[in-house]
Amino acid sequence: MSVELAYWQSTSIRLVFALVAVLIPAGGAVYLYLFKMMSFMQSRLGPMEAGPYGSMQLLAEVGKWLQKEDIFPRKADKLVFALAPYVVLLSTFLLVLVVPFGPDAYFVDLDVGVFFALAVSSVSVLGILMAGWGSANKYSLLGGLRAAGQLIAYELPMVLAVVGVVIQAGTLSMQGIVSAQAEGEIFGFGGLGNPFIITQFVGFAIFMIAVQAELSMTPFDMPIAESELVTGYLTEYSGMRFLLFFIGEFATANIFAFFASVLFLGGWTVPPFITDIFGIEYDDAIFNVLGPIVMLTKMLLVTFLVYWARFSYPRFREDQLQRFAWKILIPISLVNIFVTGVLKVVF
Amino acid sequence: MYSDFLRDYLIVVLFGVLAFVVVGAFIGLASLVRPDRPTPAKVTAYESGVDPVDGGWSQSQIRYYIFALLFVMFDVEAVFIFPWATRLEEYGMFGLVEMTIFIFILALGLGYAWRKGVLRWV
Repeated sequence: MSVELAYWQSTSIRLVFALVAVLIPAGGAVYLYLFKMMSFMQSRLGPMEAGPYGSMQLLAEVGKWLQKEDIFPRKADKLVFALAPYVVLLSTFLLVLVVPFGPDAYFVDLDVGVFFALAVSSVSVLGILMAGWGSANKYSLLGGLRAAGQLIAYELPMVLAVVGVVIQAGTLSMQGIVSAQAEGEIFGFGGLGNPFIITQFVGFAIFMIAVQAELSMTPFDMPIAESELVTGYLTEYSGMRFLLFFIGEFATANIFAFFASVLFLGGWTVPPFITDIFGIEYDDAIFNVLGPIVMLTKMLLVTFLVYWARFSYPRFREDQLQRFAWKILIPISLVNIFVTGVLKVVF
Repeated sequence: MYSDFLRDYLIVVLFGVLAFVVVGAFIGLASLVRPDRPTPAKVTAYESGVDPVDGGWSQSQIRYYIFALLFVMFDVEAVFIFPWATRLEEYGMFGLVEMTIFIFILALGLGYAWRKGVLRWV
Protein backbone atom coordinates (compact mmCIF):
# COMPACT_ATOMS: atom_id res chain seq x y z
CA MET A 1 0.00 0.00 0.00
CA SER A 2 1.33 3.40 -0.94
CA VAL A 3 -0.66 5.27 1.70
CA GLU A 4 1.10 5.53 5.05
CA LEU A 5 -1.31 5.60 7.97
CA ALA A 6 -0.54 6.45 11.56
CA TYR A 7 -0.96 3.60 14.01
CA TRP A 8 -4.15 4.96 15.54
CA GLN A 9 -5.65 5.48 12.09
CA SER A 10 -4.99 1.96 10.86
CA THR A 11 -6.17 0.58 14.18
CA SER A 12 -9.44 2.51 14.04
CA ILE A 13 -10.05 1.26 10.51
CA ARG A 14 -9.44 -2.28 11.72
CA LEU A 15 -11.90 -1.91 14.57
CA VAL A 16 -14.60 -0.60 12.19
CA PHE A 17 -13.98 -3.47 9.77
CA ALA A 18 -14.12 -5.91 12.68
CA LEU A 19 -17.64 -4.69 13.46
CA VAL A 20 -18.57 -5.13 9.80
CA ALA A 21 -16.99 -8.58 9.60
CA VAL A 22 -18.81 -9.80 12.71
CA LEU A 23 -22.27 -8.26 12.47
CA ILE A 24 -23.10 -8.04 8.74
CA PRO A 25 -22.37 -11.71 7.82
CA ALA A 26 -24.16 -12.81 10.99
CA GLY A 27 -27.29 -10.95 9.95
CA GLY A 28 -26.94 -12.19 6.39
CA ALA A 29 -26.59 -15.80 7.51
CA VAL A 30 -29.63 -15.54 9.79
CA TYR A 31 -31.78 -14.21 6.95
CA LEU A 32 -30.40 -16.41 4.19
CA TYR A 33 -30.18 -19.69 6.09
CA LEU A 34 -32.21 -19.55 9.28
CA PHE A 35 -35.18 -17.75 7.74
CA LYS A 36 -35.20 -18.69 4.07
CA MET A 37 -33.27 -21.93 3.59
CA MET A 38 -34.88 -23.55 6.63
CA SER A 39 -38.32 -22.52 5.35
CA PHE A 40 -37.72 -23.93 1.90
CA MET A 41 -36.38 -27.18 3.33
CA GLN A 42 -39.60 -27.45 5.33
CA SER A 43 -41.86 -26.57 2.37
CA ARG A 44 -42.96 -23.16 3.60
CA LEU A 45 -42.22 -19.60 2.54
CA GLY A 46 -40.81 -18.10 5.72
CA PRO A 47 -40.98 -14.33 6.31
CA MET A 48 -42.51 -12.57 3.31
CA GLU A 49 -44.11 -9.37 4.62
CA ALA A 50 -41.29 -7.15 5.90
CA GLY A 51 -39.61 -5.68 2.81
CA PRO A 52 -39.17 -7.43 -0.55
CA TYR A 53 -39.16 -11.17 0.08
CA GLY A 54 -39.02 -10.60 3.83
CA SER A 55 -35.50 -9.18 3.66
CA MET A 56 -36.22 -6.54 6.32
CA GLN A 57 -37.49 -9.15 8.76
CA LEU A 58 -34.24 -9.02 10.71
CA LEU A 59 -34.61 -5.30 11.43
CA ALA A 60 -38.14 -5.92 12.64
CA GLU A 61 -36.85 -8.67 14.91
CA VAL A 62 -34.13 -6.46 16.40
CA GLY A 63 -36.74 -3.76 17.00
CA LYS A 64 -38.85 -6.30 18.83
CA TRP A 65 -35.98 -7.53 21.02
CA LEU A 66 -35.05 -3.94 21.90
CA GLN A 67 -38.45 -3.41 23.49
CA LYS A 68 -38.46 -6.58 25.59
CA GLU A 69 -38.14 -6.30 29.33
CA ASP A 70 -34.77 -7.33 30.78
CA ILE A 71 -35.74 -9.72 33.59
CA PHE A 72 -33.26 -10.63 36.32
CA PRO A 73 -34.42 -13.67 38.32
CA ARG A 74 -34.72 -12.88 42.03
CA LYS A 75 -32.24 -15.51 43.19
CA ALA A 76 -29.78 -14.99 40.33
CA ASP A 77 -26.14 -14.18 40.88
CA LYS A 78 -26.66 -10.74 39.34
CA LEU A 79 -23.08 -9.91 38.35
CA VAL A 80 -22.35 -13.30 36.78
CA PHE A 81 -25.75 -13.31 35.07
CA ALA A 82 -25.17 -9.85 33.59
CA LEU A 83 -21.58 -10.49 32.48
CA ALA A 84 -22.20 -13.79 30.64
CA PRO A 85 -23.19 -12.25 27.25
CA TYR A 86 -20.12 -10.02 27.40
CA VAL A 87 -17.85 -13.03 27.71
CA VAL A 88 -19.55 -14.88 24.84
CA LEU A 89 -19.19 -11.88 22.50
CA LEU A 90 -15.60 -11.34 23.70
CA SER A 91 -14.76 -14.78 22.34
CA THR A 92 -16.41 -13.92 19.00
CA PHE A 93 -14.53 -10.66 18.52
CA LEU A 94 -11.18 -12.17 19.47
CA LEU A 95 -11.82 -14.98 16.97
CA VAL A 96 -12.36 -12.66 14.01
CA LEU A 97 -9.05 -10.98 14.79
CA VAL A 98 -6.88 -13.58 13.07
CA VAL A 99 -9.00 -14.15 9.94
CA PRO A 100 -7.10 -12.87 6.86
CA PHE A 101 -9.09 -11.39 3.96
CA GLY A 102 -6.31 -10.48 1.53
CA PRO A 103 -2.54 -10.04 1.15
CA ASP A 104 -2.67 -6.77 3.12
CA ALA A 105 -6.28 -6.92 4.25
CA TYR A 106 -6.00 -8.60 7.64
CA PHE A 107 -6.59 -7.41 11.18
CA VAL A 108 -3.36 -8.80 12.53
CA ASP A 109 -1.15 -11.67 11.38
CA LEU A 110 -0.06 -13.28 14.64
CA ASP A 111 2.78 -15.80 14.41
CA VAL A 112 0.65 -18.18 16.47
CA GLY A 113 -2.58 -17.35 14.58
CA VAL A 114 -4.20 -20.79 14.48
CA PHE A 115 -3.24 -21.55 18.06
CA PHE A 116 -4.61 -18.19 19.22
CA ALA A 117 -7.89 -18.88 17.43
CA LEU A 118 -8.29 -22.30 19.04
CA ALA A 119 -7.47 -20.83 22.45
CA VAL A 120 -9.94 -17.93 22.36
CA SER A 121 -12.69 -20.11 20.90
CA SER A 122 -12.80 -21.83 24.32
CA VAL A 123 -13.49 -18.55 26.10
CA SER A 124 -17.16 -18.80 25.12
CA VAL A 125 -17.41 -21.93 27.31
CA LEU A 126 -16.79 -19.66 30.30
CA GLY A 127 -19.60 -17.34 29.24
CA ILE A 128 -22.01 -20.25 28.84
CA LEU A 129 -21.07 -21.73 32.22
CA MET A 130 -21.55 -18.27 33.76
CA ALA A 131 -24.99 -18.02 32.15
CA GLY A 132 -25.95 -21.47 33.43
CA TRP A 133 -24.65 -20.86 36.93
CA GLY A 134 -25.79 -17.26 37.32
CA SER A 135 -29.42 -17.97 36.44
CA ALA A 136 -30.06 -19.94 39.66
CA ASN A 137 -32.31 -22.28 37.71
CA LYS A 138 -31.88 -26.06 37.67
CA TYR A 139 -32.48 -26.35 33.93
CA SER A 140 -30.01 -23.57 33.26
CA LEU A 141 -27.36 -25.19 35.40
CA LEU A 142 -27.85 -28.56 33.68
CA GLY A 143 -27.72 -26.88 30.27
CA GLY A 144 -24.58 -24.98 31.19
CA LEU A 145 -22.86 -28.14 32.41
CA ARG A 146 -23.91 -30.04 29.31
CA ALA A 147 -22.58 -27.24 27.15
CA ALA A 148 -19.26 -27.24 29.00
CA GLY A 149 -18.95 -31.02 28.75
CA GLN A 150 -19.78 -30.95 25.05
CA LEU A 151 -17.59 -28.00 24.14
CA ILE A 152 -14.50 -29.38 25.83
CA ALA A 153 -15.11 -32.84 24.37
CA TYR A 154 -15.25 -31.46 20.81
CA GLU A 155 -12.50 -28.92 21.36
CA LEU A 156 -10.02 -31.80 21.22
CA PRO A 157 -10.91 -33.30 17.81
CA MET A 158 -10.95 -29.76 16.43
CA VAL A 159 -7.48 -28.95 17.76
CA LEU A 160 -6.10 -32.30 16.63
CA ALA A 161 -7.67 -31.97 13.16
CA VAL A 162 -5.92 -28.63 12.68
CA VAL A 163 -2.54 -30.19 13.57
CA GLY A 164 -2.60 -32.03 10.22
CA VAL A 165 -2.88 -28.70 8.39
CA VAL A 166 -0.09 -27.21 10.49
CA ILE A 167 2.18 -30.14 9.68
CA GLN A 168 1.60 -29.63 5.96
CA ALA A 169 1.96 -25.86 6.01
CA GLY A 170 4.83 -25.79 8.51
CA THR A 171 3.54 -22.61 10.12
CA LEU A 172 0.90 -21.44 12.59
CA SER A 173 0.36 -18.07 10.91
CA MET A 174 -2.93 -17.77 8.99
CA GLN A 175 -1.29 -15.90 6.12
CA GLY A 176 1.45 -18.53 6.03
CA ILE A 177 -1.15 -21.28 5.69
CA VAL A 178 -2.88 -19.39 2.85
CA SER A 179 0.43 -18.94 0.97
CA ALA A 180 1.37 -22.57 1.55
CA GLN A 181 -1.85 -23.63 -0.17
CA ALA A 182 -1.50 -21.16 -3.05
CA GLU A 183 2.12 -22.11 -3.76
CA GLY A 184 1.65 -25.82 -3.18
CA GLU A 185 1.53 -28.47 -5.86
CA ILE A 186 -0.16 -31.83 -6.06
CA PHE A 187 2.30 -34.31 -7.63
CA GLY A 188 3.91 -31.51 -9.63
CA PHE A 189 0.60 -30.08 -10.83
CA GLY A 190 0.18 -26.55 -9.50
CA GLY A 191 -2.98 -25.52 -11.35
CA LEU A 192 -5.16 -25.94 -8.28
CA GLY A 193 -2.52 -24.98 -5.77
CA ASN A 194 -2.80 -27.39 -2.88
CA PRO A 195 -5.97 -26.67 -0.93
CA PHE A 196 -5.58 -28.84 2.14
CA ILE A 197 -9.08 -30.24 1.80
CA ILE A 198 -7.63 -32.65 -0.78
CA THR A 199 -4.85 -34.05 1.37
CA GLN A 200 -6.54 -33.42 4.73
CA PHE A 201 -10.10 -34.47 3.90
CA VAL A 202 -10.24 -36.54 7.10
CA GLY A 203 -9.15 -33.47 9.03
CA PHE A 204 -11.75 -31.36 7.23
CA ALA A 205 -14.54 -33.80 8.07
CA ILE A 206 -13.51 -33.95 11.75
CA PHE A 207 -13.14 -30.16 11.86
CA MET A 208 -16.62 -29.58 10.46
CA ILE A 209 -18.22 -32.09 12.86
CA ALA A 210 -16.40 -30.46 15.77
CA VAL A 211 -17.50 -27.00 14.58
CA GLN A 212 -21.09 -28.18 14.51
CA ALA A 213 -20.74 -29.35 18.10
CA GLU A 214 -18.85 -26.25 19.26
CA LEU A 215 -21.70 -24.11 17.95
CA SER A 216 -24.29 -26.33 19.71
CA MET A 217 -26.13 -26.62 16.40
CA THR A 218 -28.49 -29.55 15.85
CA PRO A 219 -27.69 -32.52 15.98
CA PHE A 220 -25.50 -31.35 18.86
CA ASP A 221 -27.92 -28.97 20.59
CA MET A 222 -28.39 -30.84 23.88
CA PRO A 223 -27.39 -27.76 25.95
CA ILE A 224 -30.52 -25.95 24.77
CA ALA A 225 -32.68 -29.02 24.13
CA GLU A 226 -36.16 -27.51 24.43
CA SER A 227 -37.96 -30.80 25.11
CA GLU A 228 -35.68 -31.64 28.04
CA LEU A 229 -34.31 -28.40 29.49
CA VAL A 230 -36.67 -25.59 28.39
CA THR A 231 -33.83 -23.65 26.67
CA GLY A 232 -30.96 -24.77 28.88
CA TYR A 233 -28.63 -21.98 29.92
CA LEU A 234 -30.73 -19.40 28.05
CA THR A 235 -33.92 -20.10 30.01
CA GLU A 236 -33.77 -17.06 32.27
CA TYR A 237 -32.52 -14.60 29.66
CA SER A 238 -34.85 -12.22 27.93
CA GLY A 239 -34.73 -9.20 25.66
CA MET A 240 -31.40 -7.83 24.52
CA ARG A 241 -29.23 -10.20 26.52
CA PHE A 242 -30.94 -13.17 24.90
CA LEU A 243 -30.42 -11.66 21.46
CA LEU A 244 -26.73 -11.08 22.20
CA PHE A 245 -26.25 -14.81 22.82
CA PHE A 246 -27.83 -15.40 19.42
CA ILE A 247 -25.65 -12.82 17.69
CA GLY A 248 -22.68 -14.51 19.31
CA GLU A 249 -23.77 -17.93 18.09
CA PHE A 250 -24.34 -16.94 14.45
CA ALA A 251 -21.33 -14.65 14.23
CA THR A 252 -19.16 -17.43 15.62
CA ALA A 253 -20.64 -19.85 13.09
CA ASN A 254 -19.50 -17.54 10.29
CA ILE A 255 -16.06 -17.08 11.79
CA PHE A 256 -15.55 -20.83 12.13
CA ALA A 257 -16.57 -21.08 8.48
CA PHE A 258 -13.93 -18.43 7.68
CA PHE A 259 -11.42 -20.60 9.53
CA ALA A 260 -12.45 -23.68 7.59
CA SER A 261 -11.98 -21.70 4.36
CA VAL A 262 -8.53 -20.51 5.41
CA LEU A 263 -7.32 -23.86 6.73
CA PHE A 264 -8.77 -26.19 4.11
CA LEU A 265 -10.07 -24.26 1.08
CA GLY A 266 -7.19 -21.91 0.28
CA GLY A 267 -8.41 -18.80 2.09
CA TRP A 268 -8.66 -15.58 0.08
CA THR A 269 -6.79 -16.97 -2.94
CA VAL A 270 -8.33 -18.38 -6.09
CA PRO A 271 -6.83 -21.45 -7.80
CA PRO A 272 -3.62 -20.50 -9.68
CA PHE A 273 -4.95 -21.61 -13.09
CA ILE A 274 -7.44 -18.73 -12.88
CA THR A 275 -4.85 -16.13 -11.90
CA ASP A 276 -2.64 -17.46 -14.73
CA ILE A 277 -5.33 -16.53 -17.27
CA PHE A 278 -5.20 -12.91 -16.14
CA GLY A 279 -1.43 -12.97 -15.73
CA ILE A 280 -1.40 -11.93 -12.07
CA GLU A 281 0.14 -13.46 -8.97
CA TYR A 282 -1.97 -14.92 -6.18
CA ASP A 283 -0.88 -12.15 -3.79
CA ASP A 284 -1.38 -9.27 -6.23
CA ALA A 285 -2.65 -6.04 -4.67
CA ILE A 286 -6.01 -6.52 -6.39
CA PHE A 287 -6.71 -9.38 -3.99
CA ASN A 288 -7.11 -6.86 -1.20
CA VAL A 289 -10.42 -6.12 -2.92
CA LEU A 290 -11.20 -9.54 -4.40
CA GLY A 291 -10.00 -11.45 -1.33
CA PRO A 292 -12.89 -10.49 0.94
CA ILE A 293 -15.35 -11.48 -1.83
CA VAL A 294 -13.62 -14.83 -2.29
CA MET A 295 -13.61 -15.39 1.46
CA LEU A 296 -17.29 -14.50 1.69
CA THR A 297 -18.14 -16.96 -1.08
CA LYS A 298 -16.22 -19.78 0.57
CA MET A 299 -17.69 -18.88 3.94
CA LEU A 300 -21.23 -19.09 2.56
CA LEU A 301 -20.46 -22.50 1.04
CA VAL A 302 -19.13 -23.83 4.34
CA THR A 303 -21.97 -22.37 6.43
CA PHE A 304 -24.38 -23.93 3.94
CA LEU A 305 -23.01 -27.34 4.97
CA VAL A 306 -23.38 -26.44 8.65
CA TYR A 307 -27.00 -25.32 8.33
CA TRP A 308 -27.86 -28.17 5.97
CA ALA A 309 -26.85 -30.61 8.70
CA ARG A 310 -28.64 -28.47 11.28
CA PHE A 311 -31.97 -28.66 9.48
CA SER A 312 -31.66 -32.31 8.46
CA TYR A 313 -30.72 -34.34 11.53
CA PRO A 314 -32.51 -35.06 14.81
CA ARG A 315 -30.75 -34.46 18.11
CA PHE A 316 -28.24 -36.96 19.52
CA ARG A 317 -28.55 -38.32 23.03
CA GLU A 318 -26.11 -36.98 25.62
CA ASP A 319 -24.25 -40.30 26.00
CA GLN A 320 -24.04 -40.77 22.22
CA LEU A 321 -22.51 -37.31 21.97
CA GLN A 322 -19.71 -38.01 24.43
CA ARG A 323 -19.05 -41.49 23.04
CA PHE A 324 -18.78 -40.10 19.52
CA ALA A 325 -16.17 -37.53 20.57
CA TRP A 326 -13.98 -39.67 22.81
CA LYS A 327 -14.20 -43.08 21.18
CA ILE A 328 -14.39 -42.18 17.50
CA LEU A 329 -13.27 -38.66 16.64
CA ILE A 330 -10.23 -38.41 18.93
CA PRO A 331 -8.68 -41.78 17.93
CA ILE A 332 -9.27 -40.98 14.24
CA SER A 333 -7.66 -37.57 14.56
CA LEU A 334 -4.64 -39.06 16.38
CA VAL A 335 -4.21 -41.54 13.53
CA ASN A 336 -4.62 -38.65 11.06
CA ILE A 337 -1.78 -36.73 12.73
CA PHE A 338 0.44 -39.81 12.66
CA VAL A 339 -0.24 -40.58 8.97
CA THR A 340 0.25 -36.93 7.97
CA GLY A 341 3.54 -36.85 9.89
CA VAL A 342 4.82 -40.03 8.24
CA LEU A 343 3.90 -38.79 4.76
CA LYS A 344 5.50 -35.40 5.42
CA VAL A 345 8.79 -36.99 6.50
CA VAL A 346 8.85 -39.65 3.79
CA PHE A 347 8.08 -37.27 0.88
CA MET B 1 10.88 2.64 18.29
CA TYR B 2 7.67 0.74 18.90
CA SER B 3 7.66 -3.01 18.95
CA ASP B 4 5.53 -4.52 16.19
CA PHE B 5 5.20 -7.66 18.27
CA LEU B 6 3.65 -5.84 21.22
CA ARG B 7 1.50 -3.74 18.89
CA ASP B 8 0.06 -6.95 17.43
CA TYR B 9 -1.05 -7.93 20.89
CA LEU B 10 -2.29 -4.45 21.71
CA ILE B 11 -4.85 -5.03 18.94
CA VAL B 12 -5.93 -8.19 20.74
CA VAL B 13 -6.68 -6.07 23.82
CA LEU B 14 -8.46 -3.44 21.72
CA PHE B 15 -10.69 -6.07 20.10
CA GLY B 16 -11.59 -7.30 23.57
CA VAL B 17 -12.51 -3.75 24.56
CA LEU B 18 -14.52 -3.41 21.34
CA ALA B 19 -16.54 -6.51 22.23
CA PHE B 20 -17.43 -5.04 25.63
CA VAL B 21 -18.31 -1.69 24.06
CA VAL B 22 -20.59 -3.32 21.48
CA VAL B 23 -22.42 -5.43 24.05
CA GLY B 24 -22.68 -2.44 26.38
CA ALA B 25 -24.06 -0.30 23.54
CA PHE B 26 -26.72 -2.88 22.63
CA ILE B 27 -27.85 -3.31 26.23
CA GLY B 28 -27.67 0.45 26.86
CA LEU B 29 -29.78 1.15 23.80
CA ALA B 30 -32.33 -1.41 24.92
CA SER B 31 -32.49 0.07 28.41
CA LEU B 32 -33.66 3.37 26.86
CA VAL B 33 -36.76 1.85 25.22
CA ARG B 34 -37.67 -1.24 27.19
CA PRO B 35 -40.20 -1.33 30.04
CA ASP B 36 -39.11 -2.33 33.53
CA ARG B 37 -41.93 -3.65 35.70
CA PRO B 38 -40.74 -6.68 37.68
CA THR B 39 -43.46 -8.61 39.51
CA PRO B 40 -42.88 -11.50 41.96
CA ALA B 41 -44.12 -14.03 39.41
CA LYS B 42 -41.87 -12.64 36.70
CA VAL B 43 -38.65 -12.82 38.68
CA THR B 44 -39.24 -16.38 39.90
CA ALA B 45 -37.04 -18.96 38.18
CA TYR B 46 -38.90 -20.53 35.24
CA GLU B 47 -38.95 -24.28 35.65
CA SER B 48 -41.70 -25.27 33.21
CA GLY B 49 -44.40 -23.53 35.22
CA VAL B 50 -43.91 -25.53 38.42
CA ASP B 51 -42.90 -23.45 41.45
CA PRO B 52 -39.16 -24.01 41.94
CA VAL B 53 -38.18 -26.25 44.85
CA ASP B 54 -35.11 -25.23 46.89
CA GLY B 55 -32.43 -23.10 45.26
CA GLY B 56 -31.26 -23.27 41.68
CA TRP B 57 -27.83 -24.58 42.57
CA SER B 58 -27.78 -28.29 43.12
CA GLN B 59 -25.09 -30.93 43.22
CA SER B 60 -24.22 -32.35 39.83
CA GLN B 61 -22.75 -35.50 38.39
CA ILE B 62 -19.11 -36.41 39.03
CA ARG B 63 -18.74 -37.45 35.37
CA TYR B 64 -18.51 -33.81 34.30
CA TYR B 65 -15.47 -33.53 36.53
CA ILE B 66 -13.87 -36.64 35.05
CA PHE B 67 -14.38 -35.41 31.51
CA ALA B 68 -12.83 -32.09 32.48
CA LEU B 69 -9.79 -33.96 33.83
CA LEU B 70 -9.47 -35.96 30.59
CA PHE B 71 -9.72 -32.71 28.67
CA VAL B 72 -6.85 -31.16 30.60
CA MET B 73 -4.70 -34.18 29.79
CA PHE B 74 -5.32 -33.92 26.05
CA ASP B 75 -5.21 -30.16 25.86
CA VAL B 76 -1.77 -30.00 27.43
CA GLU B 77 -0.71 -32.57 24.87
CA ALA B 78 -1.92 -30.27 22.09
CA VAL B 79 0.38 -27.54 23.41
CA PHE B 80 3.32 -29.90 22.81
CA ILE B 81 2.14 -31.15 19.43
CA PHE B 82 1.79 -27.73 17.77
CA PRO B 83 5.47 -26.61 17.98
CA TRP B 84 6.47 -30.08 16.80
CA ALA B 85 4.07 -29.86 13.86
CA THR B 86 5.57 -26.59 12.59
CA ARG B 87 9.13 -27.92 12.66
CA LEU B 88 8.56 -31.50 11.52
CA GLU B 89 10.51 -31.02 8.27
CA GLU B 90 13.69 -30.07 10.15
CA TYR B 91 13.37 -32.84 12.73
CA GLY B 92 12.75 -35.52 10.09
CA MET B 93 12.70 -39.12 11.24
CA PHE B 94 13.92 -38.27 14.76
CA GLY B 95 10.94 -36.00 15.41
CA LEU B 96 8.53 -38.51 13.96
CA VAL B 97 9.71 -41.34 16.23
CA GLU B 98 9.68 -39.08 19.28
CA MET B 99 6.13 -37.92 18.60
CA THR B 100 4.95 -41.45 17.86
CA ILE B 101 6.11 -42.50 21.33
CA PHE B 102 4.44 -39.41 22.85
CA ILE B 103 1.13 -40.02 21.10
CA PHE B 104 1.33 -43.72 21.98
CA ILE B 105 1.63 -42.89 25.68
CA LEU B 106 -1.34 -40.54 25.38
CA ALA B 107 -3.35 -43.18 23.57
CA LEU B 108 -2.52 -45.50 26.48
CA GLY B 109 -4.07 -42.92 28.80
CA LEU B 110 -7.21 -42.78 26.68
CA GLY B 111 -7.26 -46.57 26.50
CA TYR B 112 -6.99 -46.78 30.31
CA ALA B 113 -9.91 -44.36 30.76
CA TRP B 114 -11.87 -46.35 28.18
CA ARG B 115 -11.14 -49.65 29.93
CA LYS B 116 -12.08 -48.18 33.32
CA GLY B 117 -15.45 -47.28 31.81
CA VAL B 118 -15.30 -43.54 32.53
CA LEU B 119 -16.05 -42.76 28.88
CA ARG B 120 -19.47 -44.35 29.33
CA TRP B 121 -22.09 -41.72 30.06
CA VAL B 122 -24.42 -43.67 32.32
